[in-house]
Amino acid sequence: MVAVKSKTSANTITIRFAGDSGDGMQLTGDQFTDTTAVMGNDFATFPDYPAEIRAPQGTLPGVSSFQIQFSDNIIFTPGDQADVLVAMNPAALKVNLKTVKKGGLIIVNENSFGEDHLKKAAWKTNPLADNTLKDFQVLKVALTDLTRNALKDHPLKGQEVDRCKNFFALGMMFWMYDRRFEHTVAWIEKRFAKRPEMVAANIATLKAGFNFADITETLQTQIHVPKAQLEPGVYRKITGNEATAIGFVTAAQLAGKTLFYGSYPITPASSILHELAKHKVYGVKTFQAEDEIAAIGAAIGASFGGQLGITGTSGPGVCLKSEALNLAVMTELPLVVIDVQRAGPSTGMPTKTEQGDLLQVMYGRNGDSPVAVIAPKTPSDCFQMALEAVRLAVKYMTPVIFLSEGYLAEAAEPWKLPEIEKLPKIEIRHPKEEKDPFLPYSRNPETLARPWAVPGTPGLGHRIGGLSKADLTGNVSYDPDNNQKMILLRREKVAKIANDIPDLTVEGPGSGKLLVLGWGGTFGAIYQAISDLTQEGVKVSHAHLNYLNPFPKNLKNVLSRFEKILVPELNMGQLIMILRDHFPGVNFLGLNKMQGHPFSVFEMKNKIRELL
Amino acid sequence: MSEAVLKLPYTKEDFVSGQEVRWCPGCGDYSILATMQRTLSKFDLPIEKYVFVSGIGCSSRFPYYMNTYGFHTIHGRAPTIATGLRCVNPELSIWVITGDGDGLSIGGNHLIHCMRRNVDINILLVNNRIYGLTKGQYSPTSEKGKITKSSPYGTIEQPINALCVAIASEATFIARTLDTDPTHMSYILERAAKHKGVSFVEIYQNCLIFNDKAFVPVTGRETREDRMVYLKDGQPLVFGKKKDKAIRLKGLYPEEVNYTAGGDTKDLLIHNEKDENPHYAYFLTQMEHPEMPVPFGVFRAIEKPTYDEMLDEQIRQAQVKGKGDLKSLIYGPNTWKVGS
Ligand code: SF4
Repeated sequence: MVAVKSKTSANTITIRFAGDSGDGMQLTGDQFTDTTAVMGNDFATFPDYPAEIRAPQGTLPGVSSFQIQFSDNIIFTPGDQADVLVAMNPAALKVNLKTVKKGGLIIVNENSFGEDHLKKAAWKTNPLADNTLKDFQVLKVALTDLTRNALKDHPLKGQEVDRCKNFFALGMMFWMYDRRFEHTVAWIEKRFAKRPEMVAANIATLKAGFNFADITETLQTQIHVPKAQLEPGVYRKITGNEATAIGFVTAAQLAGKTLFYGSYPITPASSILHELAKHKVYGVKTFQAEDEIAAIGAAIGASFGGQLGITGTSGPGVCLKSEALNLAVMTELPLVVIDVQRAGPSTGMPTKTEQGDLLQVMYGRNGDSPVAVIAPKTPSDCFQMALEAVRLAVKYMTPVIFLSEGYLAEAAEPWKLPEIEKLPKIEIRHPKEEKDPFLPYSRNPETLARPWAVPGTPGLGHRIGGLSKADLTGNVSYDPDNNQKMILLRREKVAKIANDIPDLTVEGPGSGKLLVLGWGGTFGAIYQAISDLTQEGVKVSHAHLNYLNPFPKNLKNVLSRFEKILVPELNMGQLIMILRDHFPGVNFLGLNKMQGHPFSVFEMKNKIRELL
Repeated sequence: MSEAVLKLPYTKEDFVSGQEVRWCPGCGDYSILATMQRTLSKFDLPIEKYVFVSGIGCSSRFPYYMNTYGFHTIHGRAPTIATGLRCVNPELSIWVITGDGDGLSIGGNHLIHCMRRNVDINILLVNNRIYGLTKGQYSPTSEKGKITKSSPYGTIEQPINALCVAIASEATFIARTLDTDPTHMSYILERAAKHKGVSFVEIYQNCLIFNDKAFVPVTGRETREDRMVYLKDGQPLVFGKKKDKAIRLKGLYPEEVNYTAGGDTKDLLIHNEKDENPHYAYFLTQMEHPEMPVPFGVFRAIEKPTYDEMLDEQIRQAQVKGKGDLKSLIYGPNTWKVGS
């Protein structure tokens, strides 16, 4: 008998897929996301997985999760807690239980709840049989058996059959949230083009999951999330690291330069190297260096050679690059250093997010060594900020730090694509042969940038290096007054960038009791918290810093209009320390979290309420 | 600061920069600098195409004294900067000047990888077997037992052999020369300049302040003819005051034998710098004082595709059907439309 099912609608849903590292949860999440994108919802995702490639099967450290929030509203976070958790084994259930809303639905693969697996996940008793899950709705599905059954007439064997079960779970989710499965079917056909038997098996499993959800008595209602009112335009799904890579390729094209990317593999920055390595058709040169130092050294060499030298890494790599970065400061060459921050100190938690490198990139070098620092706030914003990084680096002849975060790097969202023709060209003028002697440390009066003379240009031969430079000639100089003058000049040059960046804008009331001042990837949680609270009638404002050094010129004025400034950061209070230095007397208050996870909207709302 | 544009043909003086040279009087670096300036002035490459890149140490001041483009970088890292530079500009003649400390200690990693990649640059390793600029500590090439400021009881470290490192890293051009023989040095510099791919040259250099006469037992006036052997391609390894000694193989080891000019060379070792196999070149690097005469000259000169060439070739291949356009980059494979 087929049950007659009802259909309701919801505004916002959060799903979390969790399983063993080998269960294909990231892929399952990606597929759900792609379909959700095509169906017109807004969304944000959060892949959360261990640093180990395949931690022992069934254990707690081996759990890999993927969370997606999708909505008919504009959203910026992957959701605090899940409406639905799909747990492929007891370990996934244990690790993720606290991420599920009270009353939420937990779908478990009951085939995996044998003695052995329970023990590996450190469950003393079977949570499906006792009171552990009393606050939730639980749907026990024999995912393994059902998958085997669906494939009994297929030629696949053993492990290959069992590996299809994530598609069974995906099929169920597609039914529950009224999604079409054509997009995933097309993906499977492409992915396994050379193995027709895999295509057939995966599609069969997907459909079996969909049909199972349709007929099982336990799932009574299909939930529809209407399309979001996104701004009209063409969209694609993008992660922060993809947007970063595409952004820098675009910047190089707009500048008419070769992008040279030197990098050493490091989580969570490696996917930028992978992405750039594909783009040879755009003339991109990637160099997988022998270490972090060689990566930045080669990038500096490329910049010296008149092209666009960029290096990318994470916090531990920035430590290693600091001496070379200082060389770029002293020689005043354009350079972009991408730092995709991860939880530290030391090796820390490589796959977890943090904002712990701000003070390092600002101050972590010998001597007085100013560099420009900018930070994207959402995955797609990485594109825009990449263009900015290059624009500032070449215009001011300075290293620019592009301070991204693990969370932004991997999270996906819809990106409204820019109009290509309207992207501004990046102007670069290299000096040419002149009558007068060439002065490599003369300066543009407006920007204080020195000329970028390219080796090979007749008549401009000159020597640069890390030793103290004489004004104008750039010759080695140990003159005390000259040294002080040059240090001040370099500081002034970077400070002048403030004239060339947008003012800080305030969302919400322009003055009042409380301003939340964020930077980087905390944007989503702050934005969401403030829009929720504003709907409740709470008066609170939000400003977000994309530029951390120098600050926007109107920052002081903005701060003066509020009684209290809340500065949420995923560190012990690094921006707040800089702010207190720049703006003494302002009432800055911190909200700090060092758990490797982004802020939840809930945490943010609580803190704001507490301060009002 | 540079003066008016210099035109070919050049003189040695055209390569002299205005900066006052600050090495100790009598330092071996002077002869290396002068030989370089003289050698380059004979070529017809425009002067603006030369770039000298160095690390830290006495010899690393070299770029300041050359009237070319120059980059005095940081300790040990010159090969990385030269690599990046070469990757974006195929027309330059790039010279890395490094020392035993800079190249083999702090920068050892980069040296190895730069050579194995066969980046088309020339690396001169100026070896004085001591730290000069930091005032006299032992270096990775200092002999075991050496007493220095940082080893008052003698070093307990096995010295590294620069040319062995070059061979292990599969450098395609490997040579050794010395500061006191400008003619030979000039020949080697010319060979290095003309080699396509990485050229690695070790130069024995005297630091008269902290390690004076370190090479005299081999290269000194009295002993050099018996203790040095100049390598000549296709010729036996002849040495001795009267050119009466040569080398032959005894099993896997070299052995000194008597030699008469024009005599039978059948049993003798004949130098072959083009041997693709690294065994022979490695064997030569093991000929060390005092057991054997020390070889000078080109140990190895073979041809292999260079890193920079292959990098450009991959891009050329990718662009056979045209360069990528921004729209397909930004749009990617999957887009969807919202609204009208
Ligand atoms: S210390 Fe030695 S190597 Fe350095 S400049 Fe003086 S003599 Fe030359």
